[in-house]
Amino acid sequence: MSYQRIKFYQTGTFTVGNRLLEEGERTVQAQKDRTNSLNSGHRACQGCGEALGARYALDAVMRATHNQLVAVNATGCLEVFSSPYPESAWQIPWLHSVFGNAPAVASGVAAALRAKGKTDIRVVAQGGDGATVDIGFGCLSGMFERNDDVLYICYDNEAYMNTGVQRSGATPARAWTNTTQAVGTEPGNPMNVGKNLPRIAMAHGIPLVATASVADLHDLETKVTKAMSIRGARYIHIHVPCPLGWKSDPAETIKVARLAVESGLFPLFEAEGGVVTDRTPIRKQVPVEQYLVLQGRFEHLFSPRDEQALAAIQAMADRNIHLYALLPTEPAMGT
Amino acid sequence: MKQQIEGSQAVAQAVALCRPEVMACYPISPQTHIVETLSRKVKAGEVGNCQFLNVESEFGALSVLIGASAMGARSYTATTSQGLLFMAEAVYNAAGLGLPIVMTIANRAIGAPINIWNDHSDSMAMRDAGWLQLFAEDNQEAVDLHIQAFRLAEELSCPVMVCMDGYILTHAFEEVDLPTQEQVDEFLPPFEPVQVLDPQDPVSIGAMVGPEAFTEVRYLAHHKHLQALEAIPRISQAFQDIFQRSSGGLLKLYHTDEAETLLLALGSVNGTIKDAVDDLRAKGWRVGAIQLCSYRPFPLHALRHVVHNAKRVIVIEKDLAVGNGGIVSSEVKLALQGLPTLVDTVIAGLGGRPISKAAVIDTVKAACLEGLEEPHFLDLNWVAINRELTRQAEQRRSGPTPENLLREVGSADWKTG
Repeated sequence: MSYQRIKFYQTGTFTVGNRLLEEGERTVQAQKDRTNSLNSGHRACQGCGEALGARYALDAVMRATHNQLVAVNATGCLEVFSSPYPESAWQIPWLHSVFGNAPAVASGVAAALRAKGKTDIRVVAQGGDGATVDIGFGCLSGMFERNDDVLYICYDNEAYMNTGVQRSGATPARAWTNTTQAVGTEPGNPMNVGKNLPRIAMAHGIPLVATASVADLHDLETKVTKAMSIRGARYIHIHVPCPLGWKSDPAETIKVARLAVESGLFPLFEAEGGVVTDRTPIRKQVPVEQYLVLQGRFEHLFSPRDEQALAAIQAMADRNIHLYALLPTEPAMGT
Repeated sequence: MKQQIEGSQAVAQAVALCRPEVMACYPISPQTHIVETLSRKVKAGEVGNCQFLNVESEFGALSVLIGASAMGARSYTATTSQGLLFMAEAVYNAAGLGLPIVMTIANRAIGAPINIWNDHSDSMAMRDAGWLQLFAEDNQEAVDLHIQAFRLAEELSCPVMVCMDGYILTHAFEEVDLPTQEQVDEFLPPFEPVQVLDPQDPVSIGAMVGPEAFTEVRYLAHHKHLQALEAIPRISQAFQDIFQRSSGGLLKLYHTDEAETLLLALGSVNGTIKDAVDDLRAKGWRVGAIQLCSYRPFPLHALRHVVHNAKRVIVIEKDLAVGNGGIVSSEVKLALQGLPTLVDTVIAGLGGRPISKAAVIDTVKAACLEGLEEPHFLDLNWVAINRELTRQAEQRRSGPTPENLLREVGSADWKTG
C-alpha cells in the first residue's frame, strides 16, 4: 500500500519489519513513547488474537489523537478479560454498557462531545463479531447511516467465544461450533449462510471501511491511523484467531491469521464512500486447506476428506481473489 | 406565563428550558408530539448546542443517552409502551451505571393485543429497574415534574421517569403556567456528574463485578432510593419557593383528614376521583383521596402515616399483575402491614377504557356497603367473557381470543361508561 516503501513478504519469520524501516515509520508498538491502552495483566487466553488486535488498534488511536480518546466496549471476551473489578486493564477512559448497544453508546459519547465543543476528543467503539454482525447490528447500522463521528472496530473471531464457542453470523462455512456441531449430513456450519459486514458497511456509503488482520500489524496500525484522520462513521473489521474456539495452537495465531489472508479467505482492503480504493495484494495464493488443517474446528473436513466442502471453500477464496484483485495479475472486478 | 397548550407541547417547552445537551428519540404514539417539538426547537437553535439524534430504535435511543450521560451531558428522551419494553435492557443498565437520564413515559398499554391507549402497564413493567418514577396528575404537574426530575436525577445520580397518561394528558389542551428561563436556571444548577469519561483522568465505567461486591453495589442502589424519599419532598418544596406553586412530592392528599374511606391512584384519574370525592362528601360519605405522585421510591412510611386512621383504602390502578391482581395495591398492603385497614384492588382503565366519575362513586358505595371481590375489575363485560369462555370450553380450535372478543362486543354496544 502507498505508505509502505518497503514490502514485507513475511515468509517464515515473524520479526522482519521494523528494523528495515526509518524510526518514524516503525509500528506504534516499536516507538519509544508507546502507550499502553490495554495494559498487561489482563485475563485473555494464551495466543488471543483479539487482545493483540485491540492493543495495536487502540494504541494507534492513542498516538493519532495524542491520547484524546474515549473507548466504548460491547460485552464479550474483550470486555470480560480486561475489566474484572477492580483490576481494569484499560489506561484510557472506557465505558461498557450492554452487549448490543456499543455503537449507539459511542454515538452518544460523540454527541456529548459535540454539545460540549470538545471534538478534539475522539470516540472508538469496539466489539466482537457477535456484538457487531448480530445483536448490535441495528445500532451499528444506525450509527453508520447517521454518519456519527465514531470509529467502530470489530474483532472477528468468527463465533461467540465468551459464552463458549457458539455460532454467529460471522462463523465461516462448515466450521464446528457448539451450536453447529460436526455431526449429521453437513457437519459444522452450513454453506452459503452468514453475512459479510465490511460489504454491508460499504453499502452505507460511510467515509471509510477497512479490513485488517493481526497477521499484518503494521497494516492494521496504518488503517487505524488513517481512520482517525477522517471524521464521520468509520468501520475496521479485524480478523483475530481464537485458539480456544478454533482449536488451533496458541503459538500459531499469527500463522493462522496470515494463512487466512494469503489463501484469499480474508481479503485485506479499504473502501471509501462505498467504493474499494485499495487492497493488499497476495504474493502467492496458498490453498485454503493449509489454513483449514491447522484448526480443529475444521477437523471433520479431513477425516475423511470432504472434497466437496474443501472445493466449495476454495471457490470462496478464489472468488475473493478475483473480486478484490488480490493477485498482481488480476484486474479488479469493479467493486 | 399561562397559556392554553397541548400537554406534549408544554412538556417539550419545559424540557427545553432545562438546557438538555443530548436527546435521542424514536417515535411511538402517543409520545410523538413531544419529540417532534423538541426536534424543531433544537434545529431552530433554541436549545443552545443541544444535539438531537434520530435513532433506529428505543434501545438505541437510551443507549445513546447512556454514552452521552457518561460523557457528562444532560440527557433526555421520551417513550412509551412497546418502546419502553424494547429498551428494557438499557433501562436497567442506565440505572445500574447511575446515570441521571430523564425520560418521559407517555403511559400506554402493552400488547398483545396491540393497543395504543393509556394504562400504566409499561412503566409498571420497569418498576424494579432502579429508576425513580414520578406520576403527573395534569399537564401543569407534568411540566413541573420534568423540571424537578432533572434536579432530582442529577443530585442523586439516578435516572428518573416522568410518567404522564398517554393521550389523556399528552394530547389534552389545558391551561399551563410555563416557567421562564430565569426561574428554571435559578432552580436547576448545571449538571455536575459524579463520574465522567475524561482522557485526563481515565476511569473504567461498566466493569464486571462478581459476587464479592455485587450485593453491595445493589444495596447502594437501594440506598439511593431511600435517599430519594427525602430528596423528593425537599426538591418539591424548593420548586414551590421559586415557582410559587405546589407540584410533586411523595403523596398529594385530598380531604384525607377524618376520612374513613380513602381512594388511592396514580396519574390523571385523580381528577375524576377528586370530583367523585366532592360528590360523595356532599352526600355525607367520609371519603378522601391520595394521589401517589412518587411510585418509585414507594413512600411506605408516608403512606402508612396518612392512612392509619382510615377503615378502607380503595386502590384504583391501571395495570394488572396477571393471575394475581393489583401491583400498586400489593405495595399499599405492604405499607399498611399490621393495621386493620382493608385494602381493595380495583383494576380499571386498561387499554384506555374511560374511568367515569359515576363508576368511581358506585365502586366506593359497593365497597363500603357490600364489599368488593379481590381484585375487582371495573366495568367488566361479563356477557362477552362468558361467551368466549364457553366457546373455548366447547372447541379446541376456538381461534384468537382478542378477535373473538371484538366480534362479541361489536361496535354498537362497546361499553364506554
